[in-house]
Amino acid sequence: MDLFEYQARDLFQASGVPVLPGLVASTPQEAADAAEKLGAELVVVKAQVKTGGRGKAGGVKLARSPQEAAAHASAILGMDIKGHRVHKVLIAAGAEIDEEYYFSLLLDRSIGGYLAMCSKQGGVEIETLAVEQPEALAKLPIDPLVGLDHPKARELARLAGFTAEEAGPIADVLVKLGAVYRDQDATLVEVNPLVKTAAGDIIALDGKVTLDGNAAFRHPDWDQYTDAAAEDPLELRAREKGLNYVKLDGSVGVIGNGAGLVMSTLDVVAGAGADLPSQPRPANFLDIGGGASAQVMANGLDIILSDPDVRSVFVNVFGGITACSEVAKGIIDALAILGERATKPIVVRLDGNAVEIGRHMLTEAAHPLVQLVDTMDAAARRAAELAAAAE
Amino acid sequence: MSIWLDQRAKVIVQGMTGSEGRKHTQRMIGSGTRIVAGVTPGKGGQSVVFEEDPVAVYDSVVEAKEATGANTSVIFVPAAHTAKAVLDAIEAELELVVVITEGIPVRDTAEFVAAAKRSGKTRLIGPNCPGLISPGKSNVGIIPPNIAGPGPIGLVSKSGTLTYQMMFELRDLGFSSAVGIGGDPVNGTSHIDALEAFEADPQTEAIVLIGEIGGDAEERAAAFIAEHVTKPVIGYVAGFTAPTGKTMGHAGAIVTGSSGTAAAKKVALEAAGVRVGRTPSETAVLARAALR
Repeated sequence: MDLFEYQARDLFQASGVPVLPGLVASTPQEAADAAEKLGAELVVVKAQVKTGGRGKAGGVKLARSPQEAAAHASAILGMDIKGHRVHKVLIAAGAEIDEEYYFSLLLDRSIGGYLAMCSKQGGVEIETLAVEQPEALAKLPIDPLVGLDHPKARELARLAGFTAEEAGPIADVLVKLGAVYRDQDATLVEVNPLVKTAAGDIIALDGKVTLDGNAAFRHPDWDQYTDAAAEDPLELRAREKGLNYVKLDGSVGVIGNGAGLVMSTLDVVAGAGADLPSQPRPANFLDIGGGASAQVMANGLDIILSDPDVRSVFVNVFGGITACSEVAKGIIDALAILGERATKPIVVRLDGNAVEIGRHMLTEAAHPLVQLVDTMDAAARRAAELAAAAE
Repeated sequence: MSIWLDQRAKVIVQGMTGSEGRKHTQRMIGSGTRIVAGVTPGKGGQSVVFEEDPVAVYDSVVEAKEATGANTSVIFVPAAHTAKAVLDAIEAELELVVVITEGIPVRDTAEFVAAAKRSGKTRLIGPNCPGLISPGKSNVGIIPPNIAGPGPIGLVSKSGTLTYQMMFELRDLGFSSAVGIGGDPVNGTSHIDALEAFEADPQTEAIVLIGEIGGDAEERAAAFIAEHVTKPVIGYVAGFTAPTGKTMGHAGAIVTGSSGTAAAKKVALEAAGVRVGRTPSETAVLARAALR
């Protein structure tokens, strides 16, 4: 779960990381009020989007008066930056900046631990820096059982090329950012740039924080980060039902059990449709999980059948814990509830736990929309053909 | 032979008194696994009856181990309490600890994986995995025991249902062991650990490696195969049509360059001489051919 800059800024502030005064605004009037309230000679109006490159896109502007802040906010609000619409701006006090640095702490899957990175060259695209001047980006693995403590933070700053004298105050801030990472169950805390002001203070001028969704149960306050505006309506509905659903751009609706098998099913559908005239592709990812009940199956089918892009549906289940009889019951129940609203053909492939009962139930029900196919490959092909025929 | 698990396994079920734990303990007993104890803090002294046979419950893994000589644990404890359960098992120096639970905060996982490494005594498998099965010997986790019998193939996979699917495709040949290492970003056992063990296992004649998008475990496995594996390895990677932005973090991309996509993993595996199937069924065909 990615946070907006203003949310990261609030987290930093609460943990004692130095940040500049700032207020968030959703309208030009609020922006003017915020600038007035901050009382700074110079403020920065910053688009709040969860993507990089907003400066280049015109999403960051300087303002010397509340009126100017309102004018910039008016231009920035509603802007589309790389597919992200701007709903809020951060009005932040300006600062006299001497130097710009880079810092991040993140989950490094290859070492199964954390990686801290720091550079004296901040404010630039860090991906570019990592490729063009890898020596300018210091990297240090961090033991999860220890975290980013003061000795490690100093070591990182020295590796990045700071003098022993400079490293002290920087390490103080890095340790606090390390505490944000740990206490907030983050998988990424990035500050770009971390700046030194003319007065010599170290300040986090920007912030990017990614939180680990698995840890939501111990952070009840994370509800505030739900960004319903940015979510696909079908994805939102699926999430409310506790379903693991991702909307894709094709026409074959896919339901399966287990993330790996569903991912594989998407690939097999895409492959099976590649030589058909309209080249049908998967319309979604939907994992009903292990041990799914008939109700879960019915919920999933309901969501997929209400997607206007879907032309055919492929239910691909290998029953481990999930019983194929429950899957069959879910399909039959969902079709009974949907009645005449269900108009799309459903191809079903069942194997594994209780497969004979499941297949028998579907055969007995003999619903005109449902076709049982024996293998995953043949079922994918049939679903693709049905989608192509319905174009 | 098999890897990491055979008939000598005496298994503790942590979380046996919960509904998931109870259900899967019943299934494991049914597939011949020697379940010797349950552990649920606060419920020591109780027992759970399976088909008229009571299994004693202890407060801690250390107590259960002392009383029964257990060497293995499988964990069904809910995510909020899993870390504590794993640390309990590591402290008891069990040889094998299998974490089935999904949805564990990655901070907890990073910490208990580091603790297992530090202890040097415990092989940790998972979390968020189906466990492992050495058909005909023992079954620890939730892999259905009746998909395939013993045979010459070693299977390692990030995904549970793809493990089942692949075992089903190759059920006529059978498996030395099938190991689900789990789909979380941090896990206790890697593809490489399994490759190394299968390479050393005399029963295993060919290895099937199943990966999926995210991270660079498959790329690192490919490098390991090129250097250290002499047995044929057949690969499969899921997620070619997955939208990369959804699962690949910006931060990960900085560290690992262009890896993380299914295409990059396939290229890396093929460069190491691994034949990679486009579908599970094609992968099975390749595995069959490799044994000939």
